[in-house]
Amino acid sequence: MTAAAPKRMHLAAHFPGVNSTTVWSDPRSRSQIEFSSFEHLARTAERGLFDFFFLAEGLRLREHKGLIHDLDVVGRPESLTVLSALAAVTDRLGLAATVNTTFNEPYELARRLATLDHLSAGRAAWNAVTSSDAFTGENFRRGGYLDRAERYTRAAEFVATARELWDSWTPDGTPRPVAHHGRHFTVEGEFTVPRSPQGHPVVIQAGDSPEGREFAAAAADIVFTRHGTLDEGRAFYADVKGRLAAHGRRPDELKIMPGATFVLGDTDAEAQERAAAIRLQQISPQNAIAALEQVWGRDLSAYDPDGPLPAIDPDPGAEPARGRVRQGDPLAVAARWRELSRQKGLSVRQTVIEATGRQSFVGSPATVAALLTEYVAAGAADGFVLVPHLTPGGLDEFVDRVVPLLQERGVFRESYTGSTLRSHLGLDEPVWNG
Amino acid sequence: MPALRPLHLAAEIGGPPRYDAAHHTGLARLAEGGALDFVTLGDSFARPGPDALAVLSRVAPATRRIGLVPTVTTTHTEPFHVSSAVATLDWVSRGRAGWHVGVSTTEAEARLFGRRPAAPAAALWGEAGECADVCARLWDSWEDDAEIRDTATGRFIDRDKLHHVDFEGTAFRVRGPAIVPRPPQGHPVVVVDGTAEPARDAAARHADVVLVRATTPERTAEMRDDVRRRAAAHGRDPEALRVLAALTVDLGDAETAPEPGLASGPPLAGRGTYYRGGPVDLADLITQWHRAGAVDGFHLTPITPARDLERIVNGTVALLQHRSLFRTFYPGGTLREHLGLARPANRYALAGGRA
Repeated sequence: MTAAAPKRMHLAAHFPGVNSTTVWSDPRSRSQIEFSSFEHLARTAERGLFDFFFLAEGLRLREHKGLIHDLDVVGRPESLTVLSALAAVTDRLGLAATVNTTFNEPYELARRLATLDHLSAGRAAWNAVTSSDAFTGENFRRGGYLDRAERYTRAAEFVATARELWDSWTPDGTPRPVAHHGRHFTVEGEFTVPRSPQGHPVVIQAGDSPEGREFAAAAADIVFTRHGTLDEGRAFYADVKGRLAAHGRRPDELKIMPGATFVLGDTDAEAQERAAAIRLQQISPQNAIAALEQVWGRDLSAYDPDGPLPAIDPDPGAEPARGRVRQGDPLAVAARWRELSRQKGLSVRQTVIEATGRQSFVGSPATVAALLTEYVAAGAADGFVLVPHLTPGGLDEFVDRVVPLLQERGVFRESYTGSTLRSHLGLDEPVWNG
Repeated sequence: MPALRPLHLAAEIGGPPRYDAAHHTGLARLAEGGALDFVTLGDSFARPGPDALAVLSRVAPATRRIGLVPTVTTTHTEPFHVSSAVATLDWVSRGRAGWHVGVSTTEAEARLFGRRPAAPAAALWGEAGECADVCARLWDSWEDDAEIRDTATGRFIDRDKLHHVDFEGTAFRVRGPAIVPRPPQGHPVVVVDGTAEPARDAAARHADVVLVRATTPERTAEMRDDVRRRAAAHGRDPEALRVLAALTVDLGDAETAPEPGLASGPPLAGRGTYYRGGPVDLADLITQWHRAGAVDGFHLTPITPARDLERIVNGTVALLQHRSLFRTFYPGGTLREHLGLARPANRYALAGGRA
């Protein structure tokens, strides 16, 4: 009897974003905007044979207490334009852009995505997100707010309309008119771009809600999820994969890729020390107070970040932070943080460090390779979207030291075998639905 | 006799629709070999073709000096997204981006979006002008030195140097600030075809480069003077405008005549702005118009770029260089530098007394 081949994983690289995960204060940190940073990280990911490179989206600068939040990275270039340029300096790497379905129109966005797929010879992906609020809407014609259910019906119709447009040219290159009449969109006429190399760019869905899971099961190729514990990962994985059959899809037609951070060291102990130092860089004294204010809904600028948590209770009605996701019921979060502080004798800053954004995988390269392999083998993930904390060098060490170990274990490719992102992911080209 | 003003040359690289990167990169490099100021790539939702801004972003890392000017339309698009995409093209090209402002006038384009009916050109150009206005404000909404990375105070930016634009147009409003920090050129170069009356006012208000189409140097000079007068009336310095004569050129053989009835003959004689002849004759025409002081330069649209651009660069441009009428290399790095246009001051820094 021969052992079954170990399950292979998929890897993606997330360009460091605008939250406190990204350490800008480190002397090695470079521009978040200049093309050279994107080029460095993308080339590193391609050197590591990653499946794709991932960019998040910004449509409104975050605010805190009515002012622009200034403690984390602020600003970024527009994703699809950066990825089009990266197509010139990479050959195989998939190129994934996050683009909102609420503040765009299907015709224009489907066209931009199809163009990227042509320009990159089949490497485009789209993370179709649905977040929308009146705050972000102030930058856009349509403005306004959609409630949760409405957001997903609009997103689902948006993706379906994009697919109609991508299918509208016959495989031999003849454009045919589209006539879409739906609840959210009316699109009539010819698409300007022939069917692209992948047929349809790869579609990613990010979101943990029941609506998001159902949307992913129906329409996505990849789910970009939050990384939790191994058990949480397995439960999520089983739930989402279990929804596919109802849509006539096989479990391997949807890849589940949690976002994950990592810290490496020569030994596990050294990695733990580095992880602690990085947490201190991520949560500056000012960031600790801001995180506290976000939960408490009050001005706590007079509090000492190295002192105890406030005795007063949160104001559950206040909304000090705009343009970012809240962390749940403030009273419950405050109770949890107080308990943590009391049990371990932690200051405000130490509590925030402990309670928020813990690193996913910390250890020597061998330890991290073993942990990643375990997650995949245990049915908690098909791969990972790795989020480095440094721009642009934050992936170098992973590619140099962990990827070879994953290859030795037989759980990661030793070369690209195909040229398109779909081929890296083992996804079929969509059947032409003409 | 006053010294001749520097000659500026640009070429369109769009033609029959092509979707592969190598085609466009090859043409842009060819134009760069001739030290042209910039290439344009037209775009419209009304006919087959890729997204032009994405194509020129793809071209950017494969070129070093030439300006990259895609058409981006303003009618069915979001001004905030337009501003972000053009600013990002400027970042990925390290200061070589421009934006050829377009509008979508047809009912067929309106039906692709299903949001509103087609509108008259005058209304659309009014909106396009507002879009150019808000884009410039968004490009200024970050002062150049807004990013401070001050570890002592934990601040990545100085938020006093970020500004809401609070723009209220007739068809849209934008709160700001931009997501993309101020681009390398301050403002990417704005190009407007100001030939038709509905577009001319937007050109005079907002364009850095104005294209005009006319059949004689005299008529071209009249249009240029009109644009400059209107710009001055809007409080702009007319010297900060570059007016280029837009010509469609056919340097091919007689049997490739694209339209019936277009005979070869004296360049442009009674034939609109369609030039048909050889590369040497085209160089003579450019020399003659330029010596007459009619325009600051030319924007050439070859009917078949894959064939004619090579003839323009190696024939026409080489001859102009030989006559010392056109640069042989790029002394500057940005499109503004090629055009002799200053990097604009930031209106918000000026207002705050920090310019």
